Amino acid sequence: MKLKTFQRGIHPAYHKELSNNSAVERAAIPKTVVIPLRQHIGAPCEPLVKRSDIVEEGQKIGDVQSFVTAPVHSSVAGKVKSVDMLPFPGGGKVQAVVIETAEDYVPKDWEAEGPIVDVDALTPEEIRYTVRSAGIIGMGGAAFPTSVKISPPKGAVVDTLLINGCECEPYLSSDHRQMVENADKLVLGIKALMQAVGAKNPLIGIEDNKMDAVKAVREAAKRLLPELKIVELETKYPQGAEKMLIKAALDRTVPIGKLPFEVGVVVNNVGTAVSIYEALAFKKPLIERIVTVSGNGIKTPKNLMVRIGTTFEALIEECGGLKTDHKEMVVINGGPMMGITQPRLDVPAVKGTSGITCLTADTVKPADYFGCIRCASCVDACPMRLMPLKLGDMGRLSITEEFNNFNGMSCMECGCCSFVCPSKRPLVQWIRLAKIKLRDEERAKHA
Amino acid sequence: MAEEVKNDGFLADKDGAGLIVSSSPHLFNTESIPKIMHTVVMALIPAMIAAIYYFRLDAVVLLVTCIVTSLITEFIFQKARKQPVTVYDGSAIITGILLALMLPPSFPIYGAIIGSVFAIGVGKQIFGGLGYNIFNPALLGRAFLQATYPVMITTWHEPATKGVDVVSAATPLALMKFEGISTGWGSLLIGNTSGSMGETCAIAILIGGLYLFYKGYIDLRMPLGYLGSIAVFGLLFWLGGDGKYPDPVFHILAGGAMLGAWFMITDMVTSPVTPKGQWIFVIVAGFLVVAIRNLGGLPEGVMYSILLMNAAVPLINRWTRPKVFGEQPKKNGKEKG
Ligand code: SF4
Ligand code: SF4
Repeated sequence: MKLKTFQRGIHPAYHKELSNNSAVERAAIPKTVVIPLRQHIGAPCEPLVKRSDIVEEGQKIGDVQSFVTAPVHSSVAGKVKSVDMLPFPGGGKVQAVVIETAEDYVPKDWEAEGPIVDVDALTPEEIRYTVRSAGIIGMGGAAFPTSVKISPPKGAVVDTLLINGCECEPYLSSDHRQMVENADKLVLGIKALMQAVGAKNPLIGIEDNKMDAVKAVREAAKRLLPELKIVELETKYPQGAEKMLIKAALDRTVPIGKLPFEVGVVVNNVGTAVSIYEALAFKKPLIERIVTVSGNGIKTPKNLMVRIGTTFEALIEECGGLKTDHKEMVVINGGPMMGITQPRLDVPAVKGTSGITCLTADTVKPADYFGCIRCASCVDACPMRLMPLKLGDMGRLSITEEFNNFNGMSCMECGCCSFVCPSKRPLVQWIRLAKIKLRDEERAKHA
Repeated sequence: MAEEVKNDGFLADKDGAGLIVSSSPHLFNTESIPKIMHTVVMALIPAMIAAIYYFRLDAVVLLVTCIVTSLITEFIFQKARKQPVTVYDGSAIITGILLALMLPPSFPIYGAIIGSVFAIGVGKQIFGGLGYNIFNPALLGRAFLQATYPVMITTWHEPATKGVDVVSAATPLALMKFEGISTGWGSLLIGNTSGSMGETCAIAILIGGLYLFYKGYIDLRMPLGYLGSIAVFGLLFWLGGDGKYPDPVFHILAGGAMLGAWFMITDMVTSPVTPKGQWIFVIVAGFLVVAIRNLGGLPEGVMYSILLMNAAVPLINRWTRPKVFGEQPKKNGKEKG
């Protein structure tokens, strides 16, 4: 059988073997957690607690009146130490609540009594409401509030729910473990999502380097949701990019600047679906997630169940620490293709942290770059079918108008072009510059 | 302008914990310009061996002269323009080898030196160095020699393997064009004919070309499209020409077609970057070869066909920009949203 896939893209070395067979372990409960009030795309939350307040595990500590947002909850029981601007793993500083874990704190067992809600009986509004109040966001890294993602605009007809089980970023294996270990919850979450968006046609796309996940999900689906279609996909980066996945699994093309709703699809990530089920059935807000700690710079790669707000430092310690000195190490929030390097390790793991990738400098250090030899490798790699060599130069030289004419804004910064360039030109970096400049210009025009 | 710049996205953060910060992606494949260029040099070895086998010392002398002159020229230009010296990247070696392979074995050494200086200096460095040149430097050097030494560059002798010490002999293409004598496919394949040193043995070139394909550095659409186009247009002429024109296989095997197809049409710098553009490039170039050979005043058309198309590359790239993923068809001639 020929595997489904999208056009172009790349085949980096995945190194999944470092962690994909390690069962998820619970990370130690941290002494303090740092919970940023904006872990999602959209409006930042306002703090609902102040210094010295006593908080419960799962208590809402930040929220705001807005459609595109997600509240945040305390992941431990304890006392609020401060509410302050603190470094955020996605870059910059974000207002965050620091909580000191109580001495006598015993983690709550949310699932002790089994499902306390009949999920099948919930209406779409109820599901959306719970998803919002549980603070659920896209856990594959996009961090877009899920309640918004499952609210189709008026007139949109959603026929298909597509679950993203690709996990195409090298090193990461949190979704993989989720599928292998939590297949039942995943399938029940998919069922609830179908109810919420009214989709009749459920699909899950899984790359063919995770056949044990395919088997586990197929097994669970047979019992719980026989109509779930499992689509095996070629292992190729960026198979998990929303538009590429829709193309590969359904052969539908999302138009430039449009959302998947346009072609009748809602896409959600595997981890998100599991969290949705937990929120609906056990009233458990999003206070923990699986984080893969991997890379050639970490002593013992692991998949950890982590309380939101645990610092990178603590998690890296839990995995035996870094192999070399900081000066020769890159620590990335996420995977190596799209993740963000961290200058410091006191940043917290947040809802969108699918992994912490620690790489030694010699594996990542880009060489000095040279002139473009027009080898066309970047053109052949770009899944958006752009001309990265041109876009890069336009970014470098700040020619924003041409950049826009060449559809530079549809670049999803997947990194394929920089990855393949034999001249090691920092194409994505230049493209990013042009995008920022163009956005500033647009803003200035409208101001 | 040529740039070779320290990657500024990669610096240790001073306020942080000393970790390295950089802009994504943080992973790169292992390709590099030297790696690509050195592979091309490897791929040219069979053709060089064939040249040395057939033309002995002449071939050795010309190869060494062209390679060394190319390297020195590149070095001097980069030094004089205070640019980073990149002679080690292998691209100048390729230019030297290709130029030598396109020369007749009896070509004088001073001519080879002049040709190499022109190829690297005017063909490459004046444009700004590797990647900025419009024309294939070796072909430009060869075209310059053609204009400067029109007689010497068309004076050929039989390969040493034939044993006879002939002063001069016409190439198969010239024999065909001016005397209507066709050379057998067998001789063309193994290269036992007179001609430019590296162009005579089709098999040696093919081995090198297939090696490049195996290594993933060339797309078969380029060489095969070019040869295919030559064959198709050659066939049309042959069928309609009443014996006046050579058959398509002869067209492919004779002269510089093979070397052009596998090593010059495929030159990354001077060919289009879009798949559609590459098709246009090779098909039109193939037509030009046949048209020049059959209708023009010259026996050989490979060099001009490629140089002409080199000049059209920026235009071709512009015309054949791929349709962006999700791009909507234009409505009423106006771009939508
Ligand atoms: S991959 Fe790099 S060298 Fe090749 S065309 Fe693109 S930018 Fe130029
Ligand atoms: S141009 Fe953008 S979308 Fe295309 S490969 Fe580069 S980063 Fe990816």
